[in-house]
Amino acid sequence: MQRFSALALIRHAFTGHKTWRPQWRSPEPKPRYDAVIIGGGGHGLATAYYLATEFGIANVAVLEKGWIGGGNTGRNTTIIRSNYLFDESAALYDHAVKLWEGLSQALNYNVMFSQRGVMMLAHNVHDQQSLKRHVHANRLNGVDNEWLSAPAAKAFCPPLNIEASMRYPVIGAALQRRGGVARHDAVAWGYARAADALGVDIIENCAVTAIRRGVGGAVEAVETTRGAIETRKVGVVAAGNTSTVMAMADLRMPLESYPLQALVSEPVKPIFPCVVMSNTIHAYISQSDKGELVIGAGTDAYVSYTQRGALHVPMHTLEAICELFPIFRRLRMLRNWGGIVDVTPDRSPIIGKTSVAGLYVNCGWGTGGFKATPGSGHLFAWTLAKDEPHPINAPFRLDRFRDGYLIDEAAAAAVAH
Amino acid sequence: MLLIDCPFCGKRPELEFRYGGEAHIARPDDPSEFGDKAWGQFLYGRSNQRGMHAERWRHVHGCGRFFNALRDTTNDRFAATYKIGEERPALPEAQGAVEA
Repeated sequence: MQRFSALALIRHAFTGHKTWRPQWRSPEPKPRYDAVIIGGGGHGLATAYYLATEFGIANVAVLEKGWIGGGNTGRNTTIIRSNYLFDESAALYDHAVKLWEGLSQALNYNVMFSQRGVMMLAHNVHDQQSLKRHVHANRLNGVDNEWLSAPAAKAFCPPLNIEASMRYPVIGAALQRRGGVARHDAVAWGYARAADALGVDIIENCAVTAIRRGVGGAVEAVETTRGAIETRKVGVVAAGNTSTVMAMADLRMPLESYPLQALVSEPVKPIFPCVVMSNTIHAYISQSDKGELVIGAGTDAYVSYTQRGALHVPMHTLEAICELFPIFRRLRMLRNWGGIVDVTPDRSPIIGKTSVAGLYVNCGWGTGGFKATPGSGHLFAWTLAKDEPHPINAPFRLDRFRDGYLIDEAAAAAVAH
Repeated sequence: MLLIDCPFCGKRPELEFRYGGEAHIARPDDPSEFGDKAWGQFLYGRSNQRGMHAERWRHVHGCGRFFNALRDTTNDRFAATYKIGEERPALPEAQGAVEA
C-alpha cells in the first residue's frame, strides 16, 4: 500500500502524480477462502478489514455485485451519532463512534470525520419529554447528550427559525456534540484500500447465485457469476438484498426492503454548522464540505428494490426544511436518489449467527446503518472469527424474533419513517 | 407516485391509499398449536420478494376497503389488483412470481 502523507504528496508531485497505483487490486477469485463476505458496502469491507487486522484471518474475499461505493454506502446522508435510548443500542452505536474517532489514522485515509454536533428538535411537550428522557438515559450510559433551550439551539445553529409563529415552533433541542458527519465514499474506499493491503481480495462485479451446503447443512461453498468459491464461513452483509441472499440458504428473514430517499441542493458557501434533525415534522439536514445541503427524506411505504421513490416523499421533507430554515427557501435542489434499506420489525439490526452452520448475517440496519459502519464491521468480524457474538452484539441475534426479546428502539430512525 | 387500480373505484393516485404489507399471511386458526418458531415466522417472517410481490392496500381516502395487488418490486409496475378473499391470479409470465 502506498501510504498517504505530505511527504508522499510532494514526492509524487515530481512525477506529475502519474505514479500513484490503484488503491486496491482487482483480483480473480481464488478457488478457496477462509471466509467470504457477501456485500462490499462499508459494513462488509469493515468486516474484512477487522478480520485481517484484529483476528489474523486475511484469506478473505469480499464479493460485490456492483462496484465499491455504489450502494447504500454512497447514498446515505452521512450522519453519525450514538444517542440511542436503550442500553443495548447505546452500547452498540457508541462502540462505533469511538472507532470513528480514530478511523482516519487507523486507515491512513482521511474519512473527513467531523464532530460538528447533531441536534434533534422538540416541537411539542411530548417531544420535549421524550428527548429529555433520551438525554438522561444517554448520560447513564456514558453517552454525551444535552438539553438546549430554543435560544441556545438558535445560537448553536443560526439559520434555525425559532419564531413562535411557526406551525410547529421549536421549543428546545437535544444536542450530541460528539455526533457529526463523515465522507461516506472515503469510508468505503479507505476500508477497501486497507483491507486489500492486508491480503483481502475485493471482487467487484461478482454476484452470488447460490449457497452450497454439505451433509449436516453446513456451508461448503458459494456459487457466483465468476465461478464457485469454497469456504466454511460466509458472512452476509447485503443490506436491502439480504432476504434474497438468505433465501439461497432456505432462511426467511424478518426484513422488509424499502426505498429511502435523499437529496442535495446546489452548493453554497458554508452556512450550516451542524446536523439538525426533526422527528415531528420529518426533516434532517447538514452541509457537505463541497457546499451542498444534504437532506434526508423518508421511506416510501411499500417494499421495492427500485432505488428510487415517489416525489411526494422528498416534497414533504422540503416543506419542513423551508419552515425550519426560511433562508433556504429559494435554493434549488441538484440531485435526488433512493437506496434500498432493510428494515426489521423492531428497527434494530441483526448481527450474529444463524441456524445454518457457517452462515452469519449482519443486516437490518434500516434507515441508519452508516453511523455504525466501523462498530458493525468490528463486532461482525469478532462473531465470524470466534463463532460466537461479542457481548455488545449478543442481544442483536436473529433468534430474538422467535423468543420475543425485541429491542424496540424508537430512536433508531430519529425521524418517524 | 404509483397509480393504483382499486378494484372498487378504479385508478387513483397512491396518496389515496395506505400500504398494508404482504398479503396471504393467514393468522393460524389455533395459535396454541403453534411453536415459537412458527409463531415468530407468522409475526415477523416476510418473503420480501425481489420480483412479483403479493401485498395488501387500503383505499383510505376512497372506499375505505382493503384489497390485494401483485406488483413487481424491481420496477414497481402493478400486474393485477384483486378483492380480498379471491385467489391470487395466475400471471402469464409466471417466472416472476416464484415464492421464496
